[in-house]
Amino acid sequence: MGKRMFQIRLNNSITIILCCFSSSFLFSQKEVKAHHGLTLQMHHYVGDKVLVLDDSTYTNSLGQAYTISKLNYYIGNIRLTRKDGKEFLLQNYFFISEDEEKTASKSIFIDKIPEGEYTSIQFLLGVDSLHNCSGAQSGALDPINAMFWTWNTGYIFLKLEGKSPVSKEPGHTIEYHIGGYKQPSNCIRTISLKFETPLVIAKKTNVTVNLKADVSELLKTPTTIDFTKLPVVNNALNATTIADNYVDMFQSMK
Amino acid sequence: MKSRTRIFFSIFVVSAMFLSFVNNDDPYYSISKKDVKLVLPKNFPKPYYTFENNKLTPEVFLLGRELFYDEILSKDRTVSCGSCHQRIAAFSHIDHTLSHGIYGRMGNRNIPSLQNLIWNNTFMWDGGVNHLEVQPIGPITNPLEMDETMEAVILKLQKSEKFKPLFQKAYSDPLINSERMLKALTQFVGLMISNHSKYDKYLVGKAEFTPQEENGLKLFRAKCASCHTEPLFTDNSFKNNGLISDSSLHDIGRGAITRKNEDNYLYKVPTLRNIEMTYPYMHDGRFSKLKDVLNYYGTTTNHTTNQDPLISKIGVLTPEEKKDILAFLLTLTDREFLNDRRFADPNMGQKNK
Repeated sequence: MGKRMFQIRLNNSITIILCCFSSSFLFSQKEVKAHHGLTLQMHHYVGDKVLVLDDSTYTNSLGQAYTISKLNYYIGNIRLTRKDGKEFLLQNYFFISEDEEKTASKSIFIDKIPEGEYTSIQFLLGVDSLHNCSGAQSGALDPINAMFWTWNTGYIFLKLEGKSPVSKEPGHTIEYHIGGYKQPSNCIRTISLKFETPLVIAKKTNVTVNLKADVSELLKTPTTIDFTKLPVVNNALNATTIADNYVDMFQSMK
Repeated sequence: MKSRTRIFFSIFVVSAMFLSFVNNDDPYYSISKKDVKLVLPKNFPKPYYTFENNKLTPEVFLLGRELFYDEILSKDRTVSCGSCHQRIAAFSHIDHTLSHGIYGRMGNRNIPSLQNLIWNNTFMWDGGVNHLEVQPIGPITNPLEMDETMEAVILKLQKSEKFKPLFQKAYSDPLINSERMLKALTQFVGLMISNHSKYDKYLVGKAEFTPQEENGLKLFRAKCASCHTEPLFTDNSFKNNGLISDSSLHDIGRGAITRKNEDNYLYKVPTLRNIEMTYPYMHDGRFSKLKDVLNYYGTTTNHTTNQDPLISKIGVLTPEEKKDILAFLLTLTDREFLNDRRFADPNMGQKNK
């Protein structure tokens, strides 16, 4: 009897170990070779209205009016999880900008994704600590994007700028520059979204995943931002408040 | 065949133009493979920056030198890195208390010297910069210094007839971006290594100290070396040395970076190498002479409430002791480094030698 118990336990532990492995197993080279593309398309909203820079006036939950003149952010470490638990990971960073006058894009093309049905997507809003400490970089992380703090090295993960008549800053500015990869001001947040219907990556097809980013979520839940009290955040102080707000700003769209 | 000859001829003309730009024809300014070899002093610890992802070549180093000495990096093209980091002052600004920028704007800190940088894990007086390669972005974009954007600098370089061939030669393709610019600057400043002072020679038995210098070294080791640790003469830590802050400068030092109250008014321990040439002293340049510094540390009082306890341990220094320490500090002057032709401004021509 004792011997049998031992066997069961052994079997259980093996099963657990296998589970752990399979969920973190990345795809083999062979599978990656049979590649298919996916476009991640960002759609910027304020509540249920499409974001229009400068010319549209919005109202926060305290009834304060505001306009938005700039929205820039970084996303990276995009991870797609397949039905069988296998994960596809892309460690690159992407600079997303709502700005017709800049070349940055609101869509990301991801190549070489193995076939299958994918159930969820995960990504970082921000830049991980390794890439904050790696010196000079090019591409999305090139400091010419002005998303880089020079006096206290680190990437600015997100910039939201605009105006509100109730702000007492010069020009009634509201400005949220959020970044910080070190504790206690770590503003890197992981966004996890489930697809309502599984995303099918099939041979020779390109699919598009539409993601909605609701800017009004930056300014509420859990903390409502009062433009009279917190019109500007541009360093570690209060940054995590906004970061905790932006965790839920993304939704997958039908 | 004829057209090929023409092509070769134009290449020749273009390279001749290029050579005249950078003074490569003058052996004093030429950079060979040997010149960019990283020679690590045997008694130094392992450096933080290893050039592992930034392979040292004469062409990239040369590009870095041209960038360092060109005013193109500043907004109104009046200030270069070399304007304030002067070779003869171990790349600090000789006889300037605070840094100057474009339009005569004044900064709020004393310019640090540039030497043995690859042994630093943080940069600036407050340690806010975490990597040697991104350090230049600070002064380039600081409104009180060069007041330029990285985007504009890259656009200017991409249009520059001087820099286009230099980037091409350095990287074997015409791409000009900030990563290449910063890595080239890093090769230039990263090779600024000072380890040929009298003190260094004394350590290996190639120079003798006078009894005064000898005694100065002994006193130094007993009273100063816990922060100014040999052989780099800094332990890279941040300390409050008790100076009462000049409130007009609005500077809280390390605290601005860490946001911890206990870090307010802490500044990075500076190296003492070439200290003879890096006057004035302290983070705000308030002391113009080394004797002022020795008088300050050698008076056993608590200057501010959160002064580092090591400062009061120094105790009172007698006039003789101060003279001896001063004599020792002068042995840290490294004439080979201060006159190293590799770091000279090639645009200065003969005047610079």
